[in-house]
Amino acid sequence: MTTLDTGRNDAPRVSFFNDPVIRGIIYQVVVAVILVTFIAWIIQNTAANLAAQNKTTGFDFLWRTAGFDIGFSLLPWSRASFYWEAFLVGILNTLLVAVIGIFFSTILGFTLGIARLSSNFIVSSLATVYIETIRNIPLLLQLFFWYFAVLKAMPAVRDSFTLPFDSFINQRGIYVPRPIPDAQFGWVWVGLLLAIIGVFALRHWARKRLEATGQRFPVFLTSVALLFGVTAAVWLISGASVTFDVPELQRFNFRGGVQLPPEFVALAFGLTIYTASFIAETVRAGILSVNRGQTEAAQSLGLKDSDRLRLVIVPQAMRVIVPPLTSQYLNLTKNSSLGAAIGYAELVNVFSGTALNQTGRAIECIAMTMAVYLTLSLLTSAIMNWYNARVRLVER
Amino acid sequence: MQKALVSIAIAASLGLGATAAHAAILDDVKAKGYVQCGVTGGVAGFSAPDSNNVWTGIEVDYCRALAAAIFDDADAVRFTSLTSQERFTALSSGEIDVLSRTTTWTMSRDTQLGISFVGTMFYDGQGFMVRKADGIESALDLSGAAICIESGTTTELNAADYFAANNMEFNSVVFVDQDEVVKAYEDGRCDVYTTDSSALAAERSKFANPDEHIILPEIISKEPLGPVVRAGDTQWFNIGRWTYFALLEAEELGVTQSNVDEMLGSDNPAIKRLLGVEGEFGTPLGLTNDWAYRIIKHVGNYGESYDRNVGPDTPIGLERGLNALWTKGGIQYAPPIR
Repeated sequence: MTTLDTGRNDAPRVSFFNDPVIRGIIYQVVVAVILVTFIAWIIQNTAANLAAQNKTTGFDFLWRTAGFDIGFSLLPWSRASFYWEAFLVGILNTLLVAVIGIFFSTILGFTLGIARLSSNFIVSSLATVYIETIRNIPLLLQLFFWYFAVLKAMPAVRDSFTLPFDSFINQRGIYVPRPIPDAQFGWVWVGLLLAIIGVFALRHWARKRLEATGQRFPVFLTSVALLFGVTAAVWLISGASVTFDVPELQRFNFRGGVQLPPEFVALAFGLTIYTASFIAETVRAGILSVNRGQTEAAQSLGLKDSDRLRLVIVPQAMRVIVPPLTSQYLNLTKNSSLGAAIGYAELVNVFSGTALNQTGRAIECIAMTMAVYLTLSLLTSAIMNWYNARVRLVER
Repeated sequence: MQKALVSIAIAASLGLGATAAHAAILDDVKAKGYVQCGVTGGVAGFSAPDSNNVWTGIEVDYCRALAAAIFDDADAVRFTSLTSQERFTALSSGEIDVLSRTTTWTMSRDTQLGISFVGTMFYDGQGFMVRKADGIESALDLSGAAICIESGTTTELNAADYFAANNMEFNSVVFVDQDEVVKAYEDGRCDVYTTDSSALAAERSKFANPDEHIILPEIISKEPLGPVVRAGDTQWFNIGRWTYFALLEAEELGVTQSNVDEMLGSDNPAIKRLLGVEGEFGTPLGLTNDWAYRIIKHVGNYGESYDRNVGPDTPIGLERGLNALWTKGGIQYAPPIR
């Protein structure tokens, strides 16, 4: 009888092929083999077809002279530059518009999201109309609209609007003076850096004091005073000065200064407006996810209104907001490739467009472009995941 | 389980062996019953849909000639409108059978892209269009100008070359689609619009006020435009090439769409050979011997197509110039059919 009892606790004896563990391993191996075979086949087939079409392949073209012009570049560019430099120029232009778009769409999106929850009827309905309109129109159409609407609305070069501080606005973009700091100006940066370190030290000290004595310290105002005061003082003492390179009207266009071309303005504007509407909804969802009881509990503890938001509501809302917010940042970065349609010299336009066509290396150029977007997306995700881990609700 | 594994292994090995087979393009075309022809998105006179949505233009006529030679039907063509960026990929991937899309013949394209240029249908050169009100008389006055350009073209390179060679600066605004290039120029984003001078004339004819724009006298490049086929299929290449030569030969011999039937009775041996009355010239190409007769019957000769689409009597108004036959001071020249 005892043998029967122990037998019941043993794993049932099954044949080799019916063992779930072994089956699982076999399935995994089969899937892996199929996948590897498939990828190998794709690569082999592509190589065979390219060879059959007498196409030259490889990445050697990156060290050849590009021979074309790029209208908007953060790096020095001439027709004698190499293809890899064109690649860099494209990446930087994409990054520029993505960073600016992310910055402004976050501000606008948070404002709109909160506005939609406002108890003020006009504010909330304006926000609703904005969000529902912008969110439901394809981005490419919006970009065309902003680009050509801006072009049509702006005056010709000779009739430019003159703005204060020697700035001009016309069909060719916005022109502002370019500041040229002199050699002494390095000290001002040092001063600013010191002031920033000081602010962090101040915050640390203020928190320690708050925890020890319960006394508050006006950190914000002191920080502002510190930043401006120290920087200004260093500026005066070091005698640093800034001259300006002012844009001047030449035969065709303004020369000098900093030019923001309309392609860039339209793209940054369009991306901001579009993505902000999605961020607004994310923010609204995050705030609504925090139970009203949390507000009441905070009030009953006697927290100030600002502390209630900062310490109770926002941290709980952020854990709902951050993951979808990351997706919106990724979307914005990827959507910046639509800039090719309105002539902005971003990565797709410069590299998968012009460079691809001038060299004929379609697979190489597309693969490199895809690798860039993949890297940017993974980087953004990594940063946001790190942030998400910080704001996540600590489960005890 | 073992059965499943074996069948998967077989499927995988089959897949591995099945690299793309290279059937003759002519056989494919005959099997599907039409020629797939890559054209522009609409350059008047070269390839553009007319008011009845029928594709017309000198490059469209070439595709129709090809269809006529193969099927005795000038409408056995389907057109794919492509941007400059898409065109070579569309051709080498087999999406189209022939590319007839204001494409400049250059060495790198001919030798590195796996494509072959059939010939020069149209001798062109790059020019600049500006607003009359700007008072510019020469391209050498253009330093500092903003220039609208289509992406992925020889135009992009020529403009950079020209400005560098003359120590001038410019600011380029590059669009993927020709329509946006033209719209941006019209809206005043650019001082200059540059492309092949024939296309400049074609675009100007579509402007609201064509008289407000002038094309500068400088021609800054050689732009031999011609049809392109995939490299590696000699038969298809020869059909493409001799379709073009037949158009020229017919003009040289005075064979036109209206008199081609009379010409069948001509005593001129050259005309007899062209129209397939004498000799065997079509069958070695995989076509019939009356292949050129079909082309002329359906499309007309090169001169007729030129006059109908881009000639002096059309809104585009281009003189023959270099594109006249060699016997009339131009450089269009076909080897003899014999």
